[in-house]
Formats: sequence, structure tokens, C-alpha cells
Amino acid sequence: MKTEPNRAADRVSEDELHALVDGRLNDVQRQAIETRLAGDPVALATRIAWQRQRDALRALHPSLLEEAIPPSLLVAAQRAAGARQQVNGWWRWGGVAAGVVCVFGLGWMARGLDTAPGASAQLVAESRAPSAARDFVRQASVAHMVYAPEVRHPVEVGAAQQEHLVQWLSKRLERSLKVPDLRAQGYELVGGRLLPGTDGARAQFMFENAERQRVTLYLGALSHVAGADAPGAAPSPDRTESAFSFSADGPVPGFYWVDQGFGYALAGALSRAQLMELAQAVYRQL
Amino acid sequence: MPRQALVDHIPGLRRYARALTADAWLADDLVQDTLERACSKWRLWLVGSDLRAWLFALMHNVHVNHVRRAMRDARSGQLVDVDNLADTLAAPATGHETGLDLQRCLVRLPEDQRAVLLLVTLEDMSYAQVAQVLKVPVGTVMSRLSRARSRLRELMDAGGAQVMPPGPVAAATGDAAPVLRRMK
Repeated sequence: MKTEPNRAADRVSEDELHALVDGRLNDVQRQAIETRLAGDPVALATRIAWQRQRDALRALHPSLLEEAIPPSLLVAAQRAAGARQQVNGWWRWGGVAAGVVCVFGLGWMARGLDTAPGASAQLVAESRAPSAARDFVRQASVAHMVYAPEVRHPVEVGAAQQEHLVQWLSKRLERSLKVPDLRAQGYELVGGRLLPGTDGARAQFMFENAERQRVTLYLGALSHVAGADAPGAAPSPDRTESAFSFSADGPVPGFYWVDQGFGYALAGALSRAQLMELAQAVYRQL
Repeated sequence: MPRQALVDHIPGLRRYARALTADAWLADDLVQDTLERACSKWRLWLVGSDLRAWLFALMHNVHVNHVRRAMRDARSGQLVDVDNLADTLAAPATGHETGLDLQRCLVRLPEDQRAVLLLVTLEDMSYAQVAQVLKVPVGTVMSRLSRARSRLRELMDAGGAQVMPPGPVAAATGDAAPVLRRMK
């Protein structure tokens, strides 16, 4: 060792150089290697080159850390987080409590405004829905409450432009949509609009009968609902579907269901039986 | 829920993807596909485990698939070498900024070496984390890292642009690996 200090055992290994350059050593280790490097010009040159490389690489594309995230990526993240929430918080209620209080408040107000007779009475009656679906149906209900009373601007695109409406919303929801025909039940299409939901874009179609009663159909991607990814479950296309469920959680009651990863909620200040009839009519046509 | 956590990782994922692919469009495509994959694979992420490492592992898999597809496309028709492709997609030479030279040299590294080098430097991951992300033994990480650093050093010393052609030549010298042979 003493005779040929640059040979064999005393030589700084590549692994040691990596650890040194990447800052993976404690002070003692680092100093020991630095000392040995002093007598090994080849390794020292490598160390300098690698250090320079590392510094340059660390400075690569810094602007990407600052600039705004493209909306498409935010939507994808939103969708992923939504999926996680469904997987994770399926039967967990704690996090939902605040939402329930909020809904209760809205329901109370709605009763005061006389938009939803009967709705508030049932407000906390049924609450078995899993949180993601609950969230979905609650948003449907709130969207109904917000837009259904509108006189001048109930929809963004009116029924006169139905074809455009369907094309537009199909494009935004990335799924071929159909507007159900509810004329047999006495309801005409008013039009529709695009809305933001937890998982991305949602659409709302509004219908109205001769007595000016309105119902809204709210829809949007809702993958993984109904425990589609339940641990150990055999993958089955049927698992993305769910039965009809009634919810009186929101300001107005509604029926909701999931079909092929898409959620649907039909909401309106109607009786459960009336809503059921309409929901079934919609379901048959989609 | 980890929506914000997820969003917080997007800038890092974008930067890594950009360095990996040398192309803004391809990079965001890669991030997008990674997030979509996260959406369908969430159940496999254990709460409390390293979200960032998990996302990078997903991205690695997606990238490998993208590269394979590009190779397949190349074989069936247009003669496009992946390395050449990445090189032409890199930003045009608008001067001699180190970043551009570096990026141009970077795309000449074999895929697996580039990934290791970027995870270790750009992402500052530990060797064990890199091994976990790429699903290879730590020993493999270290040997790839050695080859990547030596190769990149050669490329940078040679002046970036006018170096030897990519492909088989690069692979051959990369394998030789007696790193400390270069004298100043």
C-alpha cells in the first residue's frame, strides 16, 4: 500500500465517487474519501466532471417547476384523486360529516324557499350511499337547485340547438351522450349546460312539463364507483354498474345510478314515485 | 384525499418527463398517461408509502411502453431510430446554452441509463429508491449510473453535437465501462 498509493485498495471506487457526488455520505465518510482523492488525480478528475454533470442536470428545465400546470393534467389528477377517494373512503363517514351539515343547511334553505316540498322532511332519512356516489348525487341536487329556478338563463344551450348541445357535451365528457325523450311523461327538453364536478366535466340536461315543473338529469364519468376495484374481486364489466338508488340528501331528492363508469342522477322537486318513473324512462333510453 | 398531493407532484413529473423525452409534447403526454394509470391503479398504492416513488414507477412503466411502441412503429415502416427520434425532437440549436447541449447529449444515452441518471440527479432519489422505482437491484442501478456518467462525460467533452452517431456504437462503449481510463 505504502509503495504504490494509487493502486488497488487505496483507490477510490466508483460507488464511493457516486455517493460523494450525490451527497449520500456523512461528514466522516466524506472527509475520508476526500483525503484519498487527493492522491488519486484520475478519480479526482472524474469526481469533478461528475459533480459538474450533476449540477447541470439538477438545473435542467427549471421553468417547468414554476409554470402553470396544463388544465388537461389537472383534470387527470382530479380524476385520479377521485378514484382514490372512492377506493379509500368507501365506508368512511368522518370526512363526509361536514358535507352532510352543508347539505342539511341547503335543504333547510330550500324548504324555506318552497322549492322542494317534502324534500327537507326526508333530508336525513336515507343516507346509505357510498361517499363518492353521495357526492355525485349531492352535486346533482345542488346543480338542480341553482339552475332550475332560473327564468332567463336556465340552460347554456337551448333545445332548439339540440344537436349542437349533444355534440358539444359529448365532446367535453368524452362519451357519446344521448338526450332521453321524456315527452311520453309530459316533459320537454329545455336544454343543457356544462358543469364542473369532482372528477371533471359534468353535464346537466333540463326538462320541463306543462306545469313548469322542472327535472334535471346530471351525468358524468364516475369510474370505480360501486367498489369497482374491490380487493380480490375478479374484474368484471358489471362492477361499474349500480342499482337505482334514491337520495334525499341534497336540496331536492333524486334517483341515481351508475352505468359503465358513468354516473347519472335525475333530480327534481317531485315525489319519489314520480322521480322513479322518470328515472326508469331515462335509464331505458340510455 | 391526495388530490393536492398529486397535483404537487405534477411539476416534478413534467420536468423529469421532459428531460427523459427531450420533447415538451411527448413529455406532457407521458405525464397524462401516468396520471391516467394512477387513476386505474390507485388501489395498489399503500397509504403512507412514498407517493412520489410510486408515481415515478408508474411513469417508468408508461414510458417503457411508449418506447416499445415507437420501436414497433419504427420496425413496421418508417425507419426511425428511437435515439434519432428523440434527438430530432430535441429543441433546435439556438446557441450554446449548457442546458441544450446537455439535453442533446442526454438523449444519446441508452434509455435505462438515462432513467437512472435522471432519478439520481434531477430527482435526487437515493439509490435504493431508484432501484425500487425501476424494479432492478441496487447493483444494477450503480452499474448503470457508472456507465451513464462516463458516457455523458465523453459526450459533453466531445462538444455535444458533433459526437459519434447514436445507437450500437453508444451501446458498445457503454458496456466497456473501465471508467477511470480518461486522463486530463
